Amino acid sequence: MSAELTALQPAVPVHDGAWRGLAWAVARDLRLALRSRAELGVQLLFYLIVVALFPLATSPERNLLVTMGPPVLWVAALLASLLSLQRLFAADHADGTLEQIALSPAPLEAVVSGKILAHWLTTGLPVVALVPLTGIAYQLDAESLLVLVAGLLLGTPILSLLGAVGAALTLGLRGGGSLLALLVLPLYVPVLIFGAGAVDATRAGLGAGANLSLLGAGLALAIVGAPFAAAAAVRIALD
Amino acid sequence: MLEARDLAGHRGHARLFSGLSFAVPAGQALVVSGPNGTGKTTLLRMLAGLTAPASGEIRWRGERVRPFAAALRQSVAYAGHAIALKDDLTAEENLVSLVSLAGIAVSPSEAREAMSAVALSRQSRLPARVLSAGQRRRIGLARLRLVKRPLWVLDEPATALDSAGVETLVALVREQLARGGTVVAATHQPLDVDPARVTRLSLGG
Repeated sequence: MSAELTALQPAVPVHDGAWRGLAWAVARDLRLALRSRAELGVQLLFYLIVVALFPLATSPERNLLVTMGPPVLWVAALLASLLSLQRLFAADHADGTLEQIALSPAPLEAVVSGKILAHWLTTGLPVVALVPLTGIAYQLDAESLLVLVAGLLLGTPILSLLGAVGAALTLGLRGGGSLLALLVLPLYVPVLIFGAGAVDATRAGLGAGANLSLLGAGLALAIVGAPFAAAAAVRIALD
Repeated sequence: MLEARDLAGHRGHARLFSGLSFAVPAGQALVVSGPNGTGKTTLLRMLAGLTAPASGEIRWRGERVRPFAAALRQSVAYAGHAIALKDDLTAEENLVSLVSLAGIAVSPSEAREAMSAVALSRQSRLPARVLSAGQRRRIGLARLRLVKRPLWVLDEPATALDSAGVETLVALVREQLARGGTVVAATHQPLDVDPARVTRLSLGG
């Protein structure tokens, strides 16, 4: 190696840590989300409207509302998560940021994880935070509400993780948005079953433990697997 | 030293180029030219490690590098057609964000200095949305200056730049070559750099 080249190296220490990449993505995506608060508001409003539609379409009878409540809140959370998924990588893909991310020294998996975390913080978490409000509208009792919140806290990150894989796979495709829904919604089914099932189990006196454990296991699996799958799909999309 | 051996590039089923071999030693620039659609961008994306060559190999500092190789990601600064700016962030925020993505810590004063070096001091607090195409390109120049990577891969870096902007670009390229860095640029405009430091490659001829 020539003397000139070695002279270049010590001048700038390049940080290539995974945590740095993750923190970069979370900080940037949260900042962008705060700059376009309208978009955030639209998602939450969408969630509230979906939740409000069901009692209008059926009848506001107490027993019906109580039975319908948890599944409706789950389906609404699922749709709200889906609504913002398409933009998860598409915006960065369109403006060239994704190329820079893939060429940065930080592992792509770490940056992708950070983007997924930011997606959950801006879509999943607000939805969970609204549950006490929407749950009361459906006349859920305190115990059901608690189980519902616990289930959503475990389940909504899975939605973001699985959704990110779908979003990365449909990157750059025409009609990627609708394809994404087709791809991701079937994957959401187990989350929906165990999440809504947890509330049913509590009411039947069986305890929500089994359902919540399964959701927890699903979350652990998704955390380990999804960032790698999504990062691989991003690399393919860039090639 | 950046080397290409027997490189071939395809787009879909069309063959763009094949049997391309060259070496760019440290402190040298490779200027790629050729009509539209002859594979300049494809070649540059290969050298930056974004696209896999259809055949042949690329070596960086003697080691064979595949797309997204860690050795390459530590060394390359790629400036493509898209400048990777976020419309909602200010010019300076965009710059700091891109530089820290490249793993370089940048202080506010360094960022300000870099913005003034590309004559964007007055625009540094404006959202990137309101900047002109040339001003957006200048943010890209400021990024190149701050990330200090040994290998620059520049795709049409002079697009939309005014004459002062092109001068800044040329000064940056000269500085990079003097430091012992390597530059690969696809450009239609002649870059006014010491001819002894430039190798020319013409595609589609």
